[in-house]
Amino acid sequence: MAYIYILPIETGSTYWMEPLEKSIQRAFGYPIKKISRDISLEKAFDIKRSQYNSSQILLQIIHDPPKDAAKVLGIVNTDLFIPILTFVFGEAQLKGPGSLVSLHRLNNKFYGLPENGALLTERLIKESIHELGHNFGLVHCHDPKCVMRSSTYVEDIDSKSHDLCQRCRNTFIHEKRKA
Amino acid sequence: MKPSDIAILIVDDEASIRNALTQWFEMDGYRVSSAEDANSALMKLQNGPWDIVMLDIKMPGIDGLELQRRIKKIDKDIITIIMTAFASVDTSIQGLKEGAFDYIVKPVDPDDMSHLIRNAVEQRRLYYENLKLKQHIEGFSLSDEINGESPAMKKVIEKIAEVSQTESTVIIKGENGTGKELIARAIHSNSNRRYFPMVTLNCGTYSEGLLESELFGHEKGAFPGALYRRQGRLEMADKGTLFLDEIGQIGEKMQKDLLRLIETRCFTRLGGDREIDVNFRIICATTHDLESAVQAGTFRKDLYYRLNVVTINVPPLRERKLDIPAIARAFIKRFAQAMNKNVIDITNDTLDHLLAYDWPGNVRELRNVIERAMVIAKGNLIELTDLSFFFPSAQTPADDSILSLEEVEKNHIQKVLELTHGNIVQAAGILKVSRLTLYNKIKKYKLKTFKGDMEA
Ligand SMILES: [Zn+2]
Ligand SMILES: [Zn+2]
Repeated sequence: MAYIYILPIETGSTYWMEPLEKSIQRAFGYPIKKISRDISLEKAFDIKRSQYNSSQILLQIIHDPPKDAAKVLGIVNTDLFIPILTFVFGEAQLKGPGSLVSLHRLNNKFYGLPENGALLTERLIKESIHELGHNFGLVHCHDPKCVMRSSTYVEDIDSKSHDLCQRCRNTFIHEKRKA
Repeated sequence: MKPSDIAILIVDDEASIRNALTQWFEMDGYRVSSAEDANSALMKLQNGPWDIVMLDIKMPGIDGLELQRRIKKIDKDIITIIMTAFASVDTSIQGLKEGAFDYIVKPVDPDDMSHLIRNAVEQRRLYYENLKLKQHIEGFSLSDEINGESPAMKKVIEKIAEVSQTESTVIIKGENGTGKELIARAIHSNSNRRYFPMVTLNCGTYSEGLLESELFGHEKGAFPGALYRRQGRLEMADKGTLFLDEIGQIGEKMQKDLLRLIETRCFTRLGGDREIDVNFRIICATTHDLESAVQAGTFRKDLYYRLNVVTINVPPLRERKLDIPAIARAFIKRFAQAMNKNVIDITNDTLDHLLAYDWPGNVRELRNVIERAMVIAKGNLIELTDLSFFFPSAQTPADDSILSLEEVEKNHIQKVLELTHGNIVQAAGILKVSRLTLYNKIKKYKLKTFKGDMEA
């Protein structure tokens, strides 16, 4: 039996955990397990940019995963970047073992708006499924409602659904069978 | 165009940038590769088609600007995007001047990045579309003979483009030497059948019995002299195109067989009983007026309708004199290369003579004249004196009497016979008519053949 592991890293409150688990399980059909591990965010901090190097954190997450892990999803609440871009919502490698998503820019607070827990949860679900989708071999999709559509603004995230479109679903099933 | 049709090369000495960009583009489904410096980038550029190169401006060794110059030398249409670590606008502007599509300042906003790439891909898509269109049009001007700006020839070229995309049977009508076979070839090589052969059969050169065995093949012992089984042209044309030249010359039996073949798409070899299926498209050509042959009852009406789905009328050269200068120059270029001679053009008064002449032998005759003149020419230009074999009275062209078409044909055939010293095979080759046709003309005009008899 293989599981998708969820690994919250210094996120504080985890009121979004239960809906997140359910949605991921529904999307990919794997049961969920939670773990906690020692991940050093400090190591990934870039003083010049005052941001956290996403790839560095992801490396720690996928290091030595549990034997029964299909994928590992790390969740942080810090501002993430990769060197070429000003920021990222999250990161995953195509067909890789793990993903990373940050709550930081999904939170209304970042845009100076009143906090909205339900909206934050919804965005977190979409971005988590999106990044895990990459892990399962899916590339960006042009279907406007598909969760695999690429989002560069938080508004883009809000305008798509948290479901895979039929084509992406078929690709996922195909990839899963191959694996 | 799918994202996977687009190949992106990332050139940066920083591994983290290479990896991040590779990952980013892979997520969008593009084909991505990276190089850590200009030299390995140039190596990769030699080995394959690339659409977009993202290059760091500051690299050890050859820098980004210089790399861009070298890339543009290899392929000026590759899209280059300059990456710079700080807002060094000057160098980036210089890069734009030298042909960069755009530049980005690292780190870049994800949304800007995705717009930039979308625009670059769109530009590339348009480029491919243009290229395809160009190749599509150029595909029909495969040879200079059937090229031309005259309205008459433009119509022919349009028709070729149109029928190439269909499976229709085509009749190409035109005088000898107008390039009917070249047109058939242009249709074939622009059709879906282009990867299979176009097999030509000149119906005018065979007796009926021989024609049948040429087309259908025969089994061993099918007739006296059939010592081996032999495949016919039809089988060789499987999945391709069968070009039947001089279709007007086939006899009654052959007309019946051909009709059956077109209707059933299968045939038997002579002396055999096995039905063979074959996948072919027929293009035929005729110098004869088939309609009057149908009216006279010498050509089957039902076969005519089967064949005459699309008609292409090739104008004789005299009806598209507008094209003569360009065709003549194209031949000069072709022969100059073949003969390794430095002839580059033709004088105006020579051109005037070419334009005044009516060219009963059409483009083929023009080609032969230019070829001979090229042999004679001493300077860079073909002069009127180089054509004295053809325009002997060129010094006093004023009183050229207007000849009838028949007289011109007669004179011309006589000239070619003199040229070939009466060699019928050669003369027929130059005139691109069957030996049979040539014999008939010789008989008709009572021409001298330089030999005691007419057996070739
Ligand atoms: Zn993505
Ligand atoms: Zn999709």
